[in-house]
Amino acid sequence: MTPTPSTPPATGTRPGSGTVGKTRRTPAPRETFLGMPPFPTAARGGLTNSQQRRNLRHATHTIRDKRAKVVAEVDQWEELRVAGAAIKDRALRHLDVYLPQLEASLTAAGAHVHWARDAEEANRIIVDLVRAAHAADVEAATSAQVAGGEAEPEGETDDLAPRASDDLEVVKVKSMATQEIEMNEALERAGIAAWETDLAELIVQLGHDLPSHILVPAIHRNRSEVRDIFLREMGHYGKPAPEGLTDEPARLAEAARTHLREKFLRASVAISGANFAVAETGTLVVVESEGNGRMCLTLPRTLISVVGIEKVLPTVEDLEVMLRLLPRSSTGERMNPYTSMWTGPTEGDGPSDVHVVLLDNGRTDVLADTVGRSALRCIRCSACLNICPVYERVGGHAYGSAYPGPIGAILTPQLRGLDNPVDRALPYASSLCGACFDVCPVRIPIPELLVHMRHKVVEKKKHDRRLPTTEAATMAAASWLMGDHRRWEAALAASSGSGSVLRRALKKDRIGPLPWPAAPWTTTRDLASPPTQSFRSWWTHEHEDPAAPGHDIPGATPEQGGSR
Amino acid sequence: MTETTKPTNTSGGAGRPGDGLRVALFATCVNDAMFPETPKAVVAVLERLGCTVEFPLTQTCCGQPFTNTGYFDEAMPALRRYVETFEPYDYVVSPSGSCVGSVRDQHPMLADRSGDTDLAARARAVSARTYDFPELLVDVLGVTDVGAYFPHRVTYHPTCHSLRVTRVGDRPYRLLEAVRGITVVDLPAREECCGFGGTFAIKNADTSTAMVADKARHIADTGAEFVVAGDNSCLMNIGGMLSRQRSGIETIHLAEILAHTQDSASAAGSAAGTGIDAEPPAGAGFDPAATDDTLDMVGGDR
Repeated sequence: MTPTPSTPPATGTRPGSGTVGKTRRTPAPRETFLGMPPFPTAARGGLTNSQQRRNLRHATHTIRDKRAKVVAEVDQWEELRVAGAAIKDRALRHLDVYLPQLEASLTAAGAHVHWARDAEEANRIIVDLVRAAHAADVEAATSAQVAGGEAEPEGETDDLAPRASDDLEVVKVKSMATQEIEMNEALERAGIAAWETDLAELIVQLGHDLPSHILVPAIHRNRSEVRDIFLREMGHYGKPAPEGLTDEPARLAEAARTHLREKFLRASVAISGANFAVAETGTLVVVESEGNGRMCLTLPRTLISVVGIEKVLPTVEDLEVMLRLLPRSSTGERMNPYTSMWTGPTEGDGPSDVHVVLLDNGRTDVLADTVGRSALRCIRCSACLNICPVYERVGGHAYGSAYPGPIGAILTPQLRGLDNPVDRALPYASSLCGACFDVCPVRIPIPELLVHMRHKVVEKKKHDRRLPTTEAATMAAASWLMGDHRRWEAALAASSGSGSVLRRALKKDRIGPLPWPAAPWTTTRDLASPPTQSFRSWWTHEHEDPAAPGHDIPGATPEQGGSR
Repeated sequence: MTETTKPTNTSGGAGRPGDGLRVALFATCVNDAMFPETPKAVVAVLERLGCTVEFPLTQTCCGQPFTNTGYFDEAMPALRRYVETFEPYDYVVSPSGSCVGSVRDQHPMLADRSGDTDLAARARAVSARTYDFPELLVDVLGVTDVGAYFPHRVTYHPTCHSLRVTRVGDRPYRLLEAVRGITVVDLPAREECCGFGGTFAIKNADTSTAMVADKARHIADTGAEFVVAGDNSCLMNIGGMLSRQRSGIETIHLAEILAHTQDSASAAGSAAGTGIDAEPPAGAGFDPAATDDTLDMVGGDR
């Protein structure tokens, strides 16, 4: 993601408070992903947040159990996974064909296609489109007034522009691409208010928070926290929460609906992402659960969709596989509640002005890595987050990007590169337990990609001469040791010797807290003392019979049995 | 290869299931250096079943610590050592799901990457003949009852790599259920990682600790005396936490339970920590009644 060089959002400013420069239109996030410490340090915040730990444990276990249940119902789940992976791989391998085809289909359907190399370019395009749409609205309203003979405001042309710019706003469908490019803040800086309409995104936005999950951005919040946020914040940005709001889910949803309704009805521009983009027809697909997406996709006059170039699918038939894989993997539902598909504008129905911003933002760099590119298969279901023991305990914020969890650990450092320590630490934010691969609907070999990315980190450090570090020196020494059994045996002899000494000195076989470099282990865990005899020493003593077959080890004399 | 349940060794005839089978033991560097009782137990069980066990002394390490930390070049000497050492054998067995997983999954990738096509072909051939201990017992030897006796309450932690890389499935449970005197209790959230993850335990020590703390809590909830697994690296992590908590719960490798017999149990008190006399028993060793008293294997004495 291209870091935005301009000033960070003024924290805590609300309409009317006007403390730093221009007054914000939308709630300011308390922090940004930019400037967060690397994962091992950032993780501590999540690990020590007991409320969040409890919320996440409950939420991830609920959703992972639900997923397991509905996936088990599908006899050919494995075949579906294989098909899903094959479809995405084919699309990615032939992007040079499918992307121009998508552009042609979209254009033929009456949509306008824009290409964005990076976040900055995408945000610039979007700002321009919103401004243009607004200007067109104002013009239409003006000509309507003129045509209607209303001569109310005089000198319109002079004060229209500033007044229009003050009112600029958009409603948003939940979208990972717009989170990735930090579009809301870019729009805010351009004086455009972007209102999240997905319930969880609304909670995050009103909570001055950052999303911590791909599917459930407010997964780290429980309903009593949501109630507090609604009561405290809604009134600042629109219709306040009703008095006496309880934390019952139905009441909270009602408060959100009422708050959002006026925004839906007022907005003339909506911004969405897309789960899929069908090349042959120019059809975009949005998969959502609340109906807020349907409102955004149908009510405003202008619709702007920000779509990563990896979202393209060759044919409509491919959706058959994807729309079976996605709901079961993400929400644990058999079918998705609201699946919207549109192919350009339709006269008299829905938006009349349809734009698609096709976003690269590092994706072609990922594609260039023949191993790493399988991360682009991702359909953002978040099954890997829900199953991940690291994510469950740490939460999403420590991953330092819009993409948390295992997929974020392999995707973010590929999209952004390995220039900063946050991105270099991400591939190590996993115990390589492999649970993520087993649940991935498109069979992304996440553990293999984590190891692959670790290798790229090491290569990068070597290239940048950040090595030799302690780690690199240790690895080089151990590599030399393991290259020849005689060296390894000498090390074992030393270890057994120290084991004898330790056991005699401590009179126990467990070692307690030690200083660095053993501290990361021994601060919380005991360490077993080395035994007084290695296995190999025992074997040589007990088993080695020079006359026995199979002991003619290359490079060793039979008498010595290969040792020393 | 891990899904076969039909024994592939039929040469034993009416004798012991392992008769005539020559098996090379890959002890792994961690067991060699830190947990020698586990490879000793593998030797005891396999010899009891009639196998001829060999321990080629040129072996060192599978290279996984290098590979998983991103040091691919540094893993190559260990990989070459492994291929050269175990090439002559039809069966290689190791008491570590993780190391077997590394051999099977990572050796071909690393060898391919090195551009040495000869090495890649050899690495593939050897890795296809490398078995996790429960696989060799159940799939190759066709046994689940190895004549073990272990009168204790245990809970089994399926390690991540035995579960999701070597995919040993229910084999360890079948082996444990056949052990005489044992009580096996289900471990809650058993498929969750213990938080070891090699250098993960050091690089992300706080997160790793949070994971192993939960694992220790689940283990304590079972009321077991022992937590058993197929990998000593994971047990070192779990045991480190259980020991720090003074929980009174011990860790034990699956092989050590399987090596434990009625006779070794009676000798355990005096022989703790001294290892075993792994002379093959005279009779059909997998039948506890026929197991003679040459074994004084001690289980769970770490």
